[in-house]
Amino acid sequence: MKFQKIISVLFLTVTFSMLSHAQLQLNGAGATFPAVIYSKWFDEYKNITGIQFNYQAIGSGGGIRQISEGTVDFGATDGPMTDQQLTEAKSKRGTDVLHIPTVMGAVVVCYNVPGISKGLNLSGETLADIFLGKIIYWNDAKIKKDNPKLSLPNKAIVVTHRSDGSGTSFIFTDYLTKVSKNWSAKVGTGTSVNWPVGLGGKGNDGVAGLVKQTEGSIGYVELAYAVKNKILYANMKNKAGNFVEATFQSVSSAAEGAAKNMPADLRVSITDAAGKDSYPISGFTWLLVYKNMKDEAKAKAMVNFLKWSMGKGQSFATDLYYAPLPKAVVKMCEKNINSITTNGKKIK
Amino acid sequence: MDNPETQVNIENPNNKSNSLWISLKGQLKKFLSSHNIGDFIFERLTLLFAVLVFLLVILMGYEMYVGSKISIDKFGWSFLTNSVWDPVQEIYGALPIIYGTIVSSFLALVISVPLSIGIAIFLSEVSPDWLEKPLSFLVELLAGIPSVVYGLWGIFVLVPWIRTDVEPFLSEHLGFLPFFRGAPYGFGMLAAVLILAIMILPIVSSISRDILRSVPQSQREAALALGATRWQSTKIVLKDAKSGILGATMLGLGRAVGETMAVTMVIGNRAVISPSLFDPSYTMASVIANEFTEATSEMYLSALIQLALVLFVLTIIINAMAKLLVWSMERKLGTR
Repeated sequence: MKFQKIISVLFLTVTFSMLSHAQLQLNGAGATFPAVIYSKWFDEYKNITGIQFNYQAIGSGGGIRQISEGTVDFGATDGPMTDQQLTEAKSKRGTDVLHIPTVMGAVVVCYNVPGISKGLNLSGETLADIFLGKIIYWNDAKIKKDNPKLSLPNKAIVVTHRSDGSGTSFIFTDYLTKVSKNWSAKVGTGTSVNWPVGLGGKGNDGVAGLVKQTEGSIGYVELAYAVKNKILYANMKNKAGNFVEATFQSVSSAAEGAAKNMPADLRVSITDAAGKDSYPISGFTWLLVYKNMKDEAKAKAMVNFLKWSMGKGQSFATDLYYAPLPKAVVKMCEKNINSITTNGKKIK
Repeated sequence: MDNPETQVNIENPNNKSNSLWISLKGQLKKFLSSHNIGDFIFERLTLLFAVLVFLLVILMGYEMYVGSKISIDKFGWSFLTNSVWDPVQEIYGALPIIYGTIVSSFLALVISVPLSIGIAIFLSEVSPDWLEKPLSFLVELLAGIPSVVYGLWGIFVLVPWIRTDVEPFLSEHLGFLPFFRGAPYGFGMLAAVLILAIMILPIVSSISRDILRSVPQSQREAALALGATRWQSTKIVLKDAKSGILGATMLGLGRAVGETMAVTMVIGNRAVISPSLFDPSYTMASVIANEFTEATSEMYLSALIQLALVLFVLTIIINAMAKLLVWSMERKLGTR
């Protein structure tokens, strides 16, 4: 009997202590690409403050839908919401949705050409023509022009692309749309597009698998995936005319190049950015938050977390293969973070 | 022990004057004396469950119809006949995807059914006991492997083999046919067909085996007693099991039509209609799985749900056809 009493007392104290520390919880959902750094951030932030952020990586589409429906406290996306989606969300939720860039990623062009083990250079138009099915052999004059030192074989090009909808495809097609009129007229930008040629692989690993197995193939994967798996990728010609290798520095400098002309709402594509060191196929990933939040405690937690992510949070980026935001962009983000209110009042 | 009298002790002396109560009570008494209350509840409960299944199917169809309303209103029947699937321009035509689904599943059946029946006949008619047990176990084990594992095996073993051996061989010897032309990528319809064939093999063969076994032993004995060879007696058994084997085939077809993961990993994922088995293709289940998570616009989502509705209806049609076939066969057998 005594034993039972002790146990029940123990239970009571545990329950009480849990109640007194009633944990604040914020729920979010969205893009899969930044899921790794988000879970690291949320974990670190919970250790510091005890506030719990839950994140479900269900894809950008789901993130946008859920923030419009109000089923989450924040969303996340790899491609910015359209004007139409923003007005729709505003009419449903009665407040604006803000885009806060968190980290950056890049897309690299991987290839498998017999006899070429490094240093393939590609320009945007050439890449677009390959993916349009106009350039079909590796020893095409246009590829040769950018690679005078390489001996390109007379081998058919096998184009591979993502079959699942993804932010990676969004950034890649956004770049091709900017650099090629033909591409923008025939295909356009999107998380999934109507690819004119090629084989589709599911996920980064699917495309990488296709490229690895198929001689003469070309494809695209996330920079993080390529670095982690030591995949060979091409140097891309940027707006300034230089061939640039994708690194975290060259990706961050693309954002720096684009920062001067950035709109206040930070919904911006930074593909084909200016600057001599900029890697041209780069992009932001965004957190989506409400401009005015009803729950004061949650609003405060959200704002404090976002500020933390812009400061200390950025230092985790490169270890997890993301490019950190340049200072100029962080400043713009902080301005937007400070504009978040709770029931119309500023957050102290 | 099921004496109804003991269960009707619900008489209430205060209400005896109430005539309505009496008549009600009489009815209840009559009812309870002819029914066992436990049986009654059991019966109605199972009926409820059966109706629930029915309601679930209707509800699913209805929800998908509502979800795809925008797309249905915009595209109508052209959704089924148009062959452009372009999320950027928001034009959705599913013809190549429907084609890919039907062709890959059907060809998988063509390969898999004869093999499965062979396996089933061996297991139930020919095999000695000591071999039959482990073989049956292995066949059933195949059915339990997750489809993503088949997909991985497809990517790393099947596809390279198809690319380096099968496709060059086919195009060299049968290249005059339109089915075996084009560049040998490895990934494509042929890989999907082969992997589907392997995946439905265990289902079709293990069900067929059970059906062959359920044919009474006396049939075989009678045939053998009349001097039939083993093959002749097996033919008689097969005739009896025909409708069941057909049902097993249709179950396999159902699995092939709905298979997602393994197929999308090897089929090449391009919405085109091509006679060549070397070319990539696409199936409905794969499109939905691939594109659903990043479908941001309403129309896009709606089109994907409409695709799900088409798949749903296709599955119902397949099952209905299977039922009709089995039914007509049974009737023929019955009147013989």
